Amino acid sequence: MKRIITVTVINQSGVLNRVTGLLMKRQFNIESITVGHTENPQISKMTFVVNVEDEQKLEQLLKQLQKQVDVLKVNDITEKQIVVRELALVKVASPPTVRAEVNSIIEPFRASIIDTGKNVVTFQVTGSPEKIDAFIDLLKPYGIKELTRTGVTAFVRETQKVNGPQLSILK
Amino acid sequence: MKLTVEETEQVYEEPITTQAPTQLNGADVFIETLKKHQVEVIFGYPGGAVLPIYDALYKNPIKHILARHEQGAIHAAEGYARVSGKVGVVIATSGPGATNLVTGIADAMMDSIPLVVFTGQVATTVIGTDAFQEADIIGITQPITKHNYQVKDVADFPRIINEAFHIASTGRPGPVVVDIPKNMATGLFVTPKDEDQEVNLPGYQPTTKPNFLQIQKAAQAISTAKQPLILAGAGVLFAKASDELAEFAEKYQIPVTNTLLGLGGIEGNHPLFLGMAGMHGTYTANMAIQTCDLLINVGARFDDRLTGNLNYFAPNARVVHIDIDPAEIGKNVPTEIPIVADAKEALEALIAHEAPNGNTVAWLESLNISKEQYPFHYQASEERGLLPQQVLELVHEYTNGDAVVTTDVGQHQMWTAQYYKFRSPHNWVTSGGLGTMGFGFPAAIGAQLAKPDAKVVSIVGDAGFQMTLQELSLLQELRIPVKVIILNNQALGMVRQWQETFHGERYSQSLISVQPDFVKLAEAYDIKGYKIETFEDAKVQLKEALESDEPVLIDCRVVQKELVYPMVVPGTGLHEMIGVKPE
Repeated sequence: MKRIITVTVINQSGVLNRVTGLLMKRQFNIESITVGHTENPQISKMTFVVNVEDEQKLEQLLKQLQKQVDVLKVNDITEKQIVVRELALVKVASPPTVRAEVNSIIEPFRASIIDTGKNVVTFQVTGSPEKIDAFIDLLKPYGIKELTRTGVTAFVRETQKVNGPQLSILK
Repeated sequence: MKLTVEETEQVYEEPITTQAPTQLNGADVFIETLKKHQVEVIFGYPGGAVLPIYDALYKNPIKHILARHEQGAIHAAEGYARVSGKVGVVIATSGPGATNLVTGIADAMMDSIPLVVFTGQVATTVIGTDAFQEADIIGITQPITKHNYQVKDVADFPRIINEAFHIASTGRPGPVVVDIPKNMATGLFVTPKDEDQEVNLPGYQPTTKPNFLQIQKAAQAISTAKQPLILAGAGVLFAKASDELAEFAEKYQIPVTNTLLGLGGIEGNHPLFLGMAGMHGTYTANMAIQTCDLLINVGARFDDRLTGNLNYFAPNARVVHIDIDPAEIGKNVPTEIPIVADAKEALEALIAHEAPNGNTVAWLESLNISKEQYPFHYQASEERGLLPQQVLELVHEYTNGDAVVTTDVGQHQMWTAQYYKFRSPHNWVTSGGLGTMGFGFPAAIGAQLAKPDAKVVSIVGDAGFQMTLQELSLLQELRIPVKVIILNNQALGMVRQWQETFHGERYSQSLISVQPDFVKLAEAYDIKGYKIETFEDAKVQLKEALESDEPVLIDCRVVQKELVYPMVVPGTGLHEMIGVKPE
């Protein structure tokens, strides 16, 4: 099962290595990872999407992360009401003949054109991972030349509904 | 010229100063901070990157044991830490010096031994350039340390060392590596503010006090259990809780079994003690695990060598698990009542709780019958020759169960665990989790330094001993009267046993027919050596050797084909032990 885990750490060199090394040592597969410092420059936050086999493995993962001296807080936010965002850059073949068509397709996604060449155009899109999947699927037929995704970063929402729906990507 | 430690210290006492000590450098502060932590002995080996540190040590001495290989130094530090309960301190140079420590660091991590390991490093100006004797020891040791540091500012020395000792010795103990670039050791020290020297670890707050509700639940479970069992691990020893363990067991009349590393946590002849459990434990202890209705784990981690096949482990038991490391609870065995706490505090709380006693009379009686029916067994005869078990029974007899005993890993280790009955805690030093050959002998040197008046016996196999025997140099040099007993079967005994049992008797690379003459080897190091081939010789010569005040090496030629029994075959449950009765 996929889980979104946030880890608040002391921002010092080697801490990312420590956390990812731990996941590797304990045989956890990281699907994506984002890191950046928080409002306090001495503290960083990492957001992982990890594949875990079962509850017991998940508990181990959280406990092992918590055990690290540089780790301040570990949170499995999968079941919570959360805001999840990812950014993707997509370079698509877009010769003049289809350019208008391509440009119109991306409109509902509120993607923006950030670079253009003779026969290619590069889009930037942000949103939930499902939205980005859909965006990519739509552009595939035109020929994707290059693609990069940042992986998700997430926040717990201010108000929490009880028994709120889970994000489909996580099921 | 050889010098004893005392003599060396006398030489050092004269201050050799070539310049006025106007300002301290990093290395000076390093030594000062170690002194603040009351470090009484350092195990180490100098080299290029730690020259400034050894220079500071020369001017401001702390007793230093110069091992003959860094691996010997760190295993000695482990033995010292295990027996003294203090932090073992190691220094090695960068590159190969540091990488030679890796086995010891991993060993200490597995067995939760408190060490602070200082490694030299090339100067920060050349780190990352593949400089001479550069190795990324922070990267290398990251998965096998509790934490590690690289000093990047001279002013950080006091804080980092304070934190390293704090992390190594509190919570679940473990090794901490501090990597010291050479220019940090030589750099001038500007005293930071007091608060910047103190431990500042917001992410490290181990829980030691048990949760009251959980204690209540555990007490409730104890009072309703008919067949309760205590499994006591090394956590009891680290918490110095062996008195509390005995009091707890006696108060509620609960039988006790030990893990390999937990031996000594309860007296070997205690009426409630069932012997060690696990792969080569007693049949009674293993069957007690399989039939108990309440399993109280105190400071053990349900290692696979203890549990056998987890699917069959303790099928009827409600599980209480007391551990200072929350990550161990529920890792291998589902736990109904988790108690995150120091073993001593948890046991004190359970003793004070005044729960009504469960009735365990019938349970204890059946276990006592089992103990009588299924003792460890071996078949001795003159034709067969000297058996390792006989040697160990004699060692136990001649030392009265009071010796500090160290081992490597393998057959000799299991026989020692089976036949040596420890009368008191903190006398048992063995490599459990990592299973390190070459551990036992250097560990005995550290153990003897921790307990100068104790009888220290190192039981080793002929193969493991050859991995670190260079430390024999230290015995006469430091007048360390360690007794080295080699159970010499001219084989990698446990490898050979598994090849016999599981690999169709194909003894691939496990028989060692060519060996040094160990008696002559001992003589080369100026140590008395004995060679023992019969039980009759053993009775006389072991006694003489063990009574001696000198270091002694005893080469016991034992039967090669003797196997360690009983045994839980890997993949099977504890109740499926083989070899429980003589054939």
